Amino acid sequence: MKFDTPATANVIDKMTVVGQPVDRIDGKAKTTGTAPYAYERHDVAPNAAYGYILGAAIAKGRIEQIDLAQAQRSPGVLAIVTYKTAGKLGKAQAHTAKLLAGPEVQHFDQAVAVVVAETFEQARAGAKLIKVSYAKAKGGYDLAAAKAGAIKPQENEFSGHADTAVGDFSGAFAHAPVKLDATYTTPDQCHAMMEPHATTAAWTGDKLTLWTSNQMIAWAVRDMSQTLLIPKENIHVMSPYVGGGFGSKLWVRSDALMAALGARAARRPVKVALARPQVFNNTTHRPATIQRIRIGADRAGKILAIGHESWSGDLAGGGPETAANQTRLLYAGANRMTAHRLATLDLPEGNAMRAPGEAPGLMALEIAMDEMAEKLRMDPVEFRILNDTQFDPEVGPKRPFSHRDLIGCLRTGAERFGWSRRVPTPGQVRDGRWLVGMGMAAAFRGNVPMKSAARVGVDGKGVVTVATDMTDIGTGSYTVIAQTAAEMMGVPVDKVIVLLGDSRFPVSAGSGGQWGGNSATAGVYAACVKLREAIAGKLGFDPDKVVFEDGKVRSGRRSVSLAKAVGAAGLSAEDVIEFGDLDKTYAQATFGGHFAEVGVDADTGEIRVRKMSGAFAAGRILNPKSARSQVIGAMTMGVGAALMEEAVIDQRFGYFVNHDMAEYQVPVHADIPHQDVFFLDEADAKSSPMKAKGVGELGICGVAAAVANAVYNACGVRIREYPLTLDKVLKGMASV
Amino acid sequence: MKAFTYERAGSPAEAAAAVIRTPGAKFIAGGTNLLDLMKLQIETPRHLIDVNRLGLDKIDETPEGGLRIGALVRNTDLAADRRVRRDYAVLSRALLAGASGQLRNKATTAGNLLQRTRCPYFYDTTKPCNKRQPGAGCSAIDGFNRNLAILGASEQCIATHPSDMAVAMRVLDAQVETVRADGATRAIPIADFHRLPGATPQIETTLAQGELITAVTLPRPLGGVHAYRKVRDRASYAFALISVAAVLPPGGGGRLAFGGLAHKPWRVEAAEGRIGQGARATAEAVLAGARTTPQNAFKTTLVERTLGAVFAEARV
Repeated sequence: MKFDTPATANVIDKMTVVGQPVDRIDGKAKTTGTAPYAYERHDVAPNAAYGYILGAAIAKGRIEQIDLAQAQRSPGVLAIVTYKTAGKLGKAQAHTAKLLAGPEVQHFDQAVAVVVAETFEQARAGAKLIKVSYAKAKGGYDLAAAKAGAIKPQENEFSGHADTAVGDFSGAFAHAPVKLDATYTTPDQCHAMMEPHATTAAWTGDKLTLWTSNQMIAWAVRDMSQTLLIPKENIHVMSPYVGGGFGSKLWVRSDALMAALGARAARRPVKVALARPQVFNNTTHRPATIQRIRIGADRAGKILAIGHESWSGDLAGGGPETAANQTRLLYAGANRMTAHRLATLDLPEGNAMRAPGEAPGLMALEIAMDEMAEKLRMDPVEFRILNDTQFDPEVGPKRPFSHRDLIGCLRTGAERFGWSRRVPTPGQVRDGRWLVGMGMAAAFRGNVPMKSAARVGVDGKGVVTVATDMTDIGTGSYTVIAQTAAEMMGVPVDKVIVLLGDSRFPVSAGSGGQWGGNSATAGVYAACVKLREAIAGKLGFDPDKVVFEDGKVRSGRRSVSLAKAVGAAGLSAEDVIEFGDLDKTYAQATFGGHFAEVGVDADTGEIRVRKMSGAFAAGRILNPKSARSQVIGAMTMGVGAALMEEAVIDQRFGYFVNHDMAEYQVPVHADIPHQDVFFLDEADAKSSPMKAKGVGELGICGVAAAVANAVYNACGVRIREYPLTLDKVLKGMASV
Repeated sequence: MKAFTYERAGSPAEAAAAVIRTPGAKFIAGGTNLLDLMKLQIETPRHLIDVNRLGLDKIDETPEGGLRIGALVRNTDLAADRRVRRDYAVLSRALLAGASGQLRNKATTAGNLLQRTRCPYFYDTTKPCNKRQPGAGCSAIDGFNRNLAILGASEQCIATHPSDMAVAMRVLDAQVETVRADGATRAIPIADFHRLPGATPQIETTLAQGELITAVTLPRPLGGVHAYRKVRDRASYAFALISVAAVLPPGGGGRLAFGGLAHKPWRVEAAEGRIGQGARATAEAVLAGARTTPQNAFKTTLVERTLGAVFAEARV
């Protein structure tokens, strides 16, 4: 199905199942521990041996020698694979760094060897006995130091343009009566999802089966094929359950490659899970940024000039954190510029983490907006509303937004939160030991439609089965797909079986960039349309008038049960939703407003979030329960970004030193207050036949700035370097 | 984790004898710290002697009017004990400020005293650490040391002791009771129990090889406000940036001990005479000789400001 004109009225509009707060259909399996995760596939690989990865102890240089003698003699060790014994390997185009080091080492903890043994403990003990000697090389790890040499990055399908410019930014900024020129920094961050990267691998002849934890099945097949230099047809990837990804599992990591190599060497299935410290340095992270923002406005608050420059770093051949992207679309202003610059750093590979671009970009931009509002003596909500735009401000009115209700989000959020109680002057509200403040920020995240296919069948008992390689990374894909099929085929959700995460199924959008929910259900919609036509055709019903309801197929006065309609052999159909130019003709995005109240301890500078509200406009909400769950998780992650998350670089060793969950802190329950989440009731006919958009990443966008602005309002300390730890508050308090 | 053998001891003296008999042996109680360290091969005992069933899990009143806390009393039980809550509230509060519910259920009184530092370089076997590998050098002094020691550190080590409980024990002048293989017992004042790193940061306590903690005794209760203020980067489940254990009697004076500042719970008795002069004067005396890095210099400000908060709260 080609989707190149806005959707008209369709079956989904009934919203008898879609749009309802249906419980997760995979909830029981997950809560009873029966959902099979990649490392626990005793059912399919009961004799799997254990692999343990030894990572590089240096950040840059060469392996001079590897002495395996002691490790090989270690109890239980079955095989050891290094670059010397792995056979010829390629590097997948999607990977910046190789998954297996040798002889060159590109970053700290890059895999050097996998030790396969009968037990996990034996494999780990064996790995510790490998003696590797390195020739260290000098590397660069400091973004601030490397900033001067940063270059204009190459553009790819996800990055957008490196630079944009409209009008006369410098002239307009120079002459603006009210202006701000400020620099903000965001640190490196780690995904720190609950389930570490894990894979069980098995070979049958030259055919490889991987049970892994991955967000994008077709990419996994592609990248394993490019790495192992074997045909894609010989690789079968399954990832039915994923314990969180946040972008860290968009591409296969060393667990998949080393499990495959280990299994080939040991001639039996091998499973590998990354140990928690390896998640920090062996895989990818969200790169740190330095962002300079300039905003000039007239005295009434109209933005005349807006400029956003962002510097980030990555390994040679990597890409930038596109932190200026949202500034191209979020606010009006005739004169504008954005620019990304990329420095070479020898840290582990930088890559996508929940809302790449917007998450760190809004951390900076939305503080800048707060600072401007203060200079203008305007309410921060009103300042944003005054500068709303209904079209792409770089292109003009000929490229309107498909649907944009940022104002509705800000007004609704402010109302629900009680924004009117805010005292604009900082440091005025006290509650016992706490200085109390309120802050807000806009949320913005692009909506990306992605081609997505599915197969839908009905069997002789009227049970509907959907198969697609879509993944559920905790988001609720299983459930929204079941709801879509149930709505389309006129059956209850419990008559739908959803099969996901298998490379033998039709290729879906996968889970990334908050495109999965809308795109994958649209693919299911397309397959259902085809199946409905086939069933109508079989019955001789007019396909335009046929109704699927209550397990029956009706046309006029004729009614046949779905089971009977398809017959004992059943019927199935496969289709793919392909998106035309609607996301080019129209700017497509999701919007929100975040509101936070914080307390800052007047003595110690400790910050605690006391209250959060968010209102969001993201098209049709397919399942308000799972959508809310996505958003409260994202808001929690945003609090982490605001207050505590920082992967600290040791410049001498070139690695993230706080590489465990004790030292890389994320919020605990006690850090998170009640979160009020509200979705505006809308449907965006230009996004897909589902009229939905993404929510999973929108929820994190802007949260940290809302918290930072609340901290300023509470105590008068403006912190422009994340995270807002109490040492920075104390430093500011000393000068307030 | 390296392969190890295991035995369960029948009595405290037997356990002490077993640990001397077997090279590379260690006691294991709750295991909340030791097992983590073994998985990372920071600790590599070849033999574990399980002391969990030695019956050292009672809290008894002493003839002197204090409490004798068995070495194996779990942190949860100690914090919840009616007598502790009533007479030694600072201890109960310190315990509850530490770790998480699940860990406190398992962690023991003696084990808590013997916790090892959370210095990130101690935890990374690819990096030099004098505590892990004497003579290797200290990665922390010129590295990431935001939460490391500002007092009593040495050129060899700036690690801190992570315990909250020990800070309260210090303010209460607890005594650590031990037994040796030959059955000899002694009581070590908590002030002398933990050592400063000096040139031997790998030696953290004054326990002799094979010496087993059997109990911690608390002297008669101290009247006054018992406060434990722990300052950290998140609301729960984080080690202290600094912490203050205070017992402040209504008539003035009092006692103070600090966590997060040094290789041991930090107490400067001389500073306690200045409590009446306020937080600044007291902090100055506590922080005498402090050596900070650009990352952890905030701790000096934080000590003064937190003391101010504790004093203000006590007066209310």
